[in-house]
This record gives sequence, structure tokens and C-alpha cells, in this order.
Amino acid sequence: MREIFVLAEHRQGQIRDITFEMLTKGAELTEKTNTCLTAILLGKDAKKHAETLSTYAENVLLIEDERLENFNSEIYQKILSQLINKKKPLLTFIGHTSYGVDLAPSLATKLNLPLATDCIDLTFNGETLGVTRQMYGGKVNVKATIRKSESYIITVRQATFTAQKPTMNGEIIEIASPLSEEIPKTRFIKYLLPSSGDIDITAADIIVSIGRGIKDVSNKPIIEELAKTLGGVLACSRPIVDKGWLSSDRQVGTSGKTVKPKLYLALGISGAFQHILGMKNSDIIIAINKDPNAPIFNFANYGVVEDLFKVVPFIKEKIIELKSVRTQS
Amino acid sequence: MDIIVCIKHVPETAEAEIKIDRSGKAIEKTGLVFDINEWDDYVLEEAVRIKEKFGGTVTAITVNTEEANRTLRKCLARGADKAIRLTDTKFENSDGYAIAKILHSVIKDLSFDLVLTGVLASDDGYTMVGSILAELLGISHSTMVKKIEFGDGVARVNRELEGGLEEIVEVKLPAVLTIQTGINEPRYVSIMGIRKAMKKEIKVLSLADTGLSANEVGEAGSWLKIDELFIPPVEKQAEFFSGTPERIATKIAELLKSRGLI
Ligand SMILES: Cc1cc2nc3c(=O)[nH]c(=O)nc-3n(C[C@H](O)[C@H](O)[C@H](O)COP(=O)(O)OP(=O)(O)OC[C@H]3O[C@@H](n4cnc5c(N)ncnc54)[C@H](O)[C@@H]3O)c2cc1C
Ligand SMILES: Nc1ncnc2c1ncn2[C@@H]1O[C@H](COP(=O)(O)O)[C@@H](O)[C@H]1O
Repeated sequence: MREIFVLAEHRQGQIRDITFEMLTKGAELTEKTNTCLTAILLGKDAKKHAETLSTYAENVLLIEDERLENFNSEIYQKILSQLINKKKPLLTFIGHTSYGVDLAPSLATKLNLPLATDCIDLTFNGETLGVTRQMYGGKVNVKATIRKSESYIITVRQATFTAQKPTMNGEIIEIASPLSEEIPKTRFIKYLLPSSGDIDITAADIIVSIGRGIKDVSNKPIIEELAKTLGGVLACSRPIVDKGWLSSDRQVGTSGKTVKPKLYLALGISGAFQHILGMKNSDIIIAINKDPNAPIFNFANYGVVEDLFKVVPFIKEKIIELKSVRTQS
Repeated sequence: MDIIVCIKHVPETAEAEIKIDRSGKAIEKTGLVFDINEWDDYVLEEAVRIKEKFGGTVTAITVNTEEANRTLRKCLARGADKAIRLTDTKFENSDGYAIAKILHSVIKDLSFDLVLTGVLASDDGYTMVGSILAELLGISHSTMVKKIEFGDGVARVNRELEGGLEEIVEVKLPAVLTIQTGINEPRYVSIMGIRKAMKKEIKVLSLADTGLSANEVGEAGSWLKIDELFIPPVEKQAEFFSGTPERIATKIAELLKSRGLI
């Protein structure tokens, strides 16, 4: 039976969530395409992971090697191109993550197989594969067809498919490492842990978050005051950190922190998915943005289409008013 | 150090209203302001900084129509030495794979130590051109780079992983690196730079110069064929507060109070 491959992603002893999301979507596709689901696990001392994966897939191909302790796209590409060439899976799933984007495009080029990146949906129509992706920072979706091929590769956006509870009892198949002694051109050296800042935004109940819409760093104090009035902390989207207006420990999103406050007030943030992933589970999300079509409004509970600088001073004022009413009564 | 930078000229859409055009396969471009892709702004700056430190040249390359000359001029004004623009009606509807093949056709004949691209282009968001290019050139690559240092025949780079974590990776030179935003602080264009840039030539090449055939580029040479664009369906529409700013503020404050947040 033909297979659907899912490349398991793991780091520092943990299988990453995207793996289970892809396995769940993969399992759904095997039914429609009459294929079986195979997780590919490359690692060092990874038997424990293999057992976990076997509850999500019919097969787990396990390759263990000293050199697979940490991700290395060059080494992964060597092994995966052999596996894909030999087994010709209908489809190979790779996460659209820092690892996947390092690996998938060059792997597909080497194998001369078509690749679609950052997919948020996919459907087989007979042998042809259609995908849905996003463009223009999430303002537009696009449906596209991948060039017809006997084998496809896709990278999948994180947190797009929901991982289900495991139901399988798959077989673990160990394969001897095919790596030769040659020295790779790319070497992993070490991890660098994020520096801890003065404030832990993940512990805050109220977060006031600023994006590129605040326009200039000179506008930061107005928002800082609002945050203070609310008893909350200031956080931000990535461009604010890129510009050096706030330190990186204040960044919310995939490459920053994941927060879950009682209130997330987003000011001048468009709502790119990399930001959304870091805050979408907040209890209440209020977004102020002058663009009525900003994607953030699809995730916020409450929205205001207005210039943030017109509204923010009044919010501060009204909160002070309401607070004083409370202290009087 | 000779560096090639791949630069894309893209519409700014974060604040613009986007309409899908009549073909249903592209957005309406009229009225949009075009500029250098956000990631490529950092690409150019990083290349110019490396040149300033170690000497060498910076060559900017783009695949686009004449419209993109503005962005190439900006690159020249900010420190690029040469600019090449690849243009041909046959290049239309190229996806990241076809673009990488077109870029490769010129880059392969140039001498270089480093090729820099952005992590992604803010319009199509493929996140693929840099590493495809590396594979076509047969050289090493690293992606999502936040810092570059040079050693003996190698580049030592910090790659951005998720959640604020980074990894340090060593790659053999020559290499393709894809640059992540925030790696540096892009400079502004100086008047002197603009004057100098006006005198520099932009070399223009077409399909015939690439040695590629028509079916290796455009839609025929792409992995992806666009069927339709559509505005994302709303999963959970926000409840909108409207009225005067003061009225809106009152509603927000009352909401927060009712939820026990103030
Ligand atoms: C690998 C990778 C990782 C990333 N990780 C993260 C991450 O962790 N976190 C993150 O945030 N991003 C991340 N990004 C970047 C992300 O894709 C977006 O570029 C970014 O989130 C955009 O930030 P923004 O919303 O502040 O800016 P923009 O998208 O430029 O939006 C600015 C918004 O402000 C509005 N605005 C302007 N003026 C006003 C005004 N006066 N009043 C009200 N509204 C106004 C505009 O309408 C617009 O919607 C990552 C990208 C990549 C490729
Ligand atoms: N048309 C183009 N011309 C020159 N460089 C490009 C072009 N398209 C993409 N690139 C480069 O590839 C990077 C990643 O783009 P993409 O893979 O399309 O998201 C960009 O940041 C550019 O450096």
C-alpha cells in the first residue's frame, strides 16, 4: 500500500505539536486516498518518541544515529531523499517551522518533486493535489493546484489542524542509519536560550500590546500610561522588537511568547498568523485598528475601527473615572 | 567578500484595502504603493555592512518589470555596487520555484562568497526561494538568520527557532543565507547615495539571456498554479464598538468593569 509520510519534528527531548497536527490530518487523508500513514523519526535515543508516534500512525520508520541528536537540514535531506526515492510516498508532510523551511525547499528541488509551502488546507481530487495558502500577511487566501506528480511534498502551518487523541497501535520499523562518514557542510553548534527580561508577560492578567500602527517610538509613553492605568503590562508584535522599541522578551507570537491573559488589548496590530498564534487563547481580545479588513478582527472578541490615538486617551480617562466610582462606593 | 542580494519589489498591503481583480487570480495593484520587501531591506543592509567591514562588492538582483527599478535604485543608493533586473513576459505567474530558477541562471555565472535572500516575501509568502537557489547552485544554506560571523571558510550564523530560542549553525562558504527581520537596523538613503546611484547602470536581462526555455519559467515552470484568490472566511467576527472615540472608550471601560477587570 502506498504511504503518506509525516516527518516527526522534535527538539530537546520533546516531540513538537506540529507533528501530531500533521499526523491527524494525514490519517484523515489516508482514508480518502487508500494509503497508510507512516511517521518518519530521525533522532538519537529516540525509541520513546517512536512509541508515542506509533499511537498516531500505522508505521513509524525510526532511524537512530549520533549525528541526528539535533536537527540538521543537510543530514535530514540526505536521509529523506533516499527514503522518498525508495518508497515514493503519495505525499510527505513537513512542518512549516524553522526546521521545515530549512529543509523542504531544497529537498523538493533535489528530488525534483513539487512542493507547496505554508499550507492551511489540502484536498486530493483524484491524483491531483489542491492546497490553500495565505498571501499578503493573511489578508488574502489562495487556492492553488500543485503540478501533477507521483509524489508531493507540502509544509503545513502550525496550529492549523487540530491534533486528535491517539487511536492507533502502529508498528515501529527500525532502519539502519544510511549516513556515511563524510563531513557535512552544515554543523549544529549549540542552542541559545532566550534572555529573560525584567517582566514576564506570560504571567500578566492584562496585556496592552502595540504593533507597527503606533508609527513612532515617541508614541510609546501614551500606551505605557494606558497599560499602567489598567494595571497591565506592555507587549508587542515583532516589528516593534525589530526596531528596538521594546526588548525581545515583550514579543508575542511564534518567535516570541505565547500569552493567555484575561485581557489582550491589541493596538495597531494587523493580525499576521505568527502573532495570532501567540495570543489567540486570551480570555478577551479587544483590537483597535483603522483598517476594517485587518485579519485581527477575525480573532478578536471586540473590535474598534478607528485611529488608535483618538481612542486611547479616552479609554484611559474612562477607566480612571470608573475606578474612582468604585473607590467611592 | 562578494555578495549577491536577491531583492523583491512588493506592494505594501498592511494598511491598504485589498481587492481581488477580475481574473480572480491576483489582487488589484492600482493605487497600491510598492517598495522593497520588508525582509529584503534587512538583506541589503546586512550585505552592505559586511562589505564595509571586509571589502568586496554587493550585487542586487531582481526578477520584475521596469517598475522595480525604483527599488533597485534604492539599493544602489544604499551601497549596492551593481544591479541586475531580469524581465520577460514569459516570467509572469512564476512561483518561488520558477523565480529561483531564473535567479540561478544569472547567479551561477557570477563570482560570489555569499548569496543573501529574505526569509520570505510579504506578498506570496513562499519562504522557499533562498534554499531552492542554494540547492540549484549546489552550495550550503541556512535560513531565518539573525546574526552572521565569519570564520575560516565558514559562516557561523544564529538561526531563529520558535519561542525566542535560537541555534548556532556553521555553514561552509559559499552559502545562501535567508535573513530574518531585526538582524540589523536598515539605514536611510543619503542624498549623496542617491546622486551616485543615478549614475550607476541597471543591467537588464531577458529569457534569452538566461539559457532557460519558456516552459521552465512562468506558470509552466512552477510547482504551483493559482486557481483563485478569495478573502479569508471569518471564523469568529468581532463585535464592533462604534460611535465617537469617547463613546467607544466608555463602552470598552464598561465592558472591562463588567468583567471585573477594573
Ligand atoms: C518566521 C517568522 C516569525 C515571526 N514571528 C512573529 C512573532 O512572534 N510575533 C509577531 O508579532 N510577528 C511575527 N512575525 C511577523 C509577522 O508575519 C508580521 O509581519 C507582524 O506580526 C506584523 O506586525 P504588525 O501587525 O505590528 O504590523 P503590520 O502588519 O504592519 O500592521 C500594522 C497595523 O496597524 C494599523 N494601523 C496603522 N496606523 C494605525 C492607527 N493610527 N490606528 C490604528 N491602527 C493603525 C494598520 O491598519 C495595520 O493593520 C514573524 C514572521 C516570520 C516570517
Ligand atoms: N522576484 C524576485 N526577485 C528577486 N528576489 C526574489 C524574488 N522573489 C523572491 N525573492 C527573494 O526570495 C526571498 C524569499 O521569497 P519567497 O520565497 O518568495 O517568500 C525574498 O526575500 C527575496 O530575497
